[in-house]
Amino acid sequence: MSRLSDHLIVAPILLPLVAGALMLALGGERRRSVNAAINVIVTFALVAIAVVLLCAADAAPSGVAGVYRLGDWAPPFGIVLVADRLAAMMLLLTSLLASAAIIFALARWHRVGVLFHPLFQFLLMGINGAFLTGDLFNLFVFIEVLLAASYGLALHGGGSPRVSAGLHYIVVNLAASLLFLIGVSLIYGVAGTLNMADLAARIPAIPAEDRGLLEAGAGILGIAFLVKAGMWPLCFWLPPTYAAAAAPVAALFAVLTKVGAYIVIRLWPLLFGDGAGASAHFGGEWLLLGGMATILFGAIGSLASQDMPRLAAYSVLVSSGTLLAAVGLGQTGVTSAALFYLISSTLGLSAFFLLIELVERGREPGADVFAVTRELYGDDVDEETLTEVGIAVPVTLALLGLAFIFCALIIAGLPPLSGFVAKFALLGAALNGSAGTISVAAWAFLTILILSGFAALIALTRAGINVFWASADRTVPRVTLIEMVPVVFLIMLCAVQTIEAGPIMRYMQATAQSLHAPQDYIRGVLGPAAVPAEQVR
Amino acid sequence: MEAVLALGIGVLAGSGVWLILRPRTFQVIVGLSLLSYAVNLFIVAMGRIRTDAAPILVSRAAGDPAQYADPVPQALVLTAIVISFATTALFLVVLLVSRGLTGTDHVDGREPES
Repeated sequence: MSRLSDHLIVAPILLPLVAGALMLALGGERRRSVNAAINVIVTFALVAIAVVLLCAADAAPSGVAGVYRLGDWAPPFGIVLVADRLAAMMLLLTSLLASAAIIFALARWHRVGVLFHPLFQFLLMGINGAFLTGDLFNLFVFIEVLLAASYGLALHGGGSPRVSAGLHYIVVNLAASLLFLIGVSLIYGVAGTLNMADLAARIPAIPAEDRGLLEAGAGILGIAFLVKAGMWPLCFWLPPTYAAAAAPVAALFAVLTKVGAYIVIRLWPLLFGDGAGASAHFGGEWLLLGGMATILFGAIGSLASQDMPRLAAYSVLVSSGTLLAAVGLGQTGVTSAALFYLISSTLGLSAFFLLIELVERGREPGADVFAVTRELYGDDVDEETLTEVGIAVPVTLALLGLAFIFCALIIAGLPPLSGFVAKFALLGAALNGSAGTISVAAWAFLTILILSGFAALIALTRAGINVFWASADRTVPRVTLIEMVPVVFLIMLCAVQTIEAGPIMRYMQATAQSLHAPQDYIRGVLGPAAVPAEQVR
Repeated sequence: MEAVLALGIGVLAGSGVWLILRPRTFQVIVGLSLLSYAVNLFIVAMGRIRTDAAPILVSRAAGDPAQYADPVPQALVLTAIVISFATTALFLVVLLVSRGLTGTDHVDGREPES
């Protein structure tokens, strides 16, 4: 590997940091157009870097594109950044979402509050760092960076509902961060290392009397991640915050819950996989149960939602719950399908958050509440609607409606888009799991997954009918081209994911295999001399 | 000494949890601060409690590691202090904004009807 590509691994962290600092140094709000230009260029550059890393990771036989030693300290002592298949994939997803969000924000949203662009870059820095790092405490630092930026962005635009939801969001996340610290220090106290790969190599050799403490630490750490991933019952902060956030911010926040899910996907098979001795599969049943409870809670919540932002926020919970439950099943096939689902649902939800803002623009606030109430009382169609028959629907509304249908198809998991491929792969993998017999857990997962798709379909159809067909006195929303392009772009990405499902699925399978058999990862980080997990005992 | 430290962490964490569950934003922020003190002490305690031992090598020669205190938790705790201080300050700002917008210091932004 050449010198340049060695340093490419640290670029997704350094580039946003330098860009954000530069924007502040250039005078912050006084030069908004310069800031916007820097933001767009850097975000697009991040896409290119992520693509290069992804190709490098896929080409490497071990699945690790490279290990970057910060300060050139050897791994168990220094902090390492690891760009493997999973990390590269998440980097690409984040940068694609960020590109869509920043283009969307250029039309209007970046003007409604201060310091949108620097905060946006710092958020990207935190997210990228969390995906790349191979050290538990460094993970904490990057999560704090992304949270600090997200506090600012969640309040972007101001107003009482945002501040009120943001207050809860901050308190919950501060408390979760403290739990994170307790978990990390417990694990350090028992295992004596913070490096993820080193930890995985040491866990089988932990003496039995310390094992309780280690598992307590891992459990507390898990609670902290699950708060961020939004697992029931730790998710009550999520719907108000996401529903209140500005549209481009909410679109980027769609990947924030996935950071929590990513850490679970990364750490749980690594630390408590088959090679973990007595601690193997510690907590797996809780992931499965919690994930299924989250799906149910999200499905019920989306059925009960009276407005679209809240509906989208509950759909985020369904997506998060599906991921956690699929990982909790602990099978390679299900994990690879779950990764495919992660990409598809995050893109779909992100497009949906952007779309909602465009659709809501032409409507009276509170119109949905009235519509749902009207439905409950069985009120008939009012006459105004009937007189409008025959008037051509303006092109904007047709476009928005079409985009809405595609988003609904992706989120509910219906053919022909990627949501269906993802759900089908999940169902197929869960059925094929343990050869011959299908476990009760797999049946329960299947049932809940299908029910949640049905619930999402009902909720989205109802919302769509209310918004596009049933409102008589609506004005056509004024939508600029620059706002429509990101939505179409995200939906097109889902279409590409459907068409290229074969190669993408192969990539996901390779990713899932290296997640569940992490010897290559451990060897890649600690060097070829590192002892494989089996031989430590 | 272990008992004193354990009691101190326990009292701080207990008071912190109780205050976080209170309905006023000021109580919540004091609770978060107390909890972060408890967590910081806990991190130091996880590096094993040693007295009269330096965390950094004192002479040029590499000494016996058993004679030194574990430096990693001390480095961790410094980072944790800085981060919790910064995020608490940020929360303080949001708390004041919320007080200004809603006119109440209740965490829900409105007084409970009673």
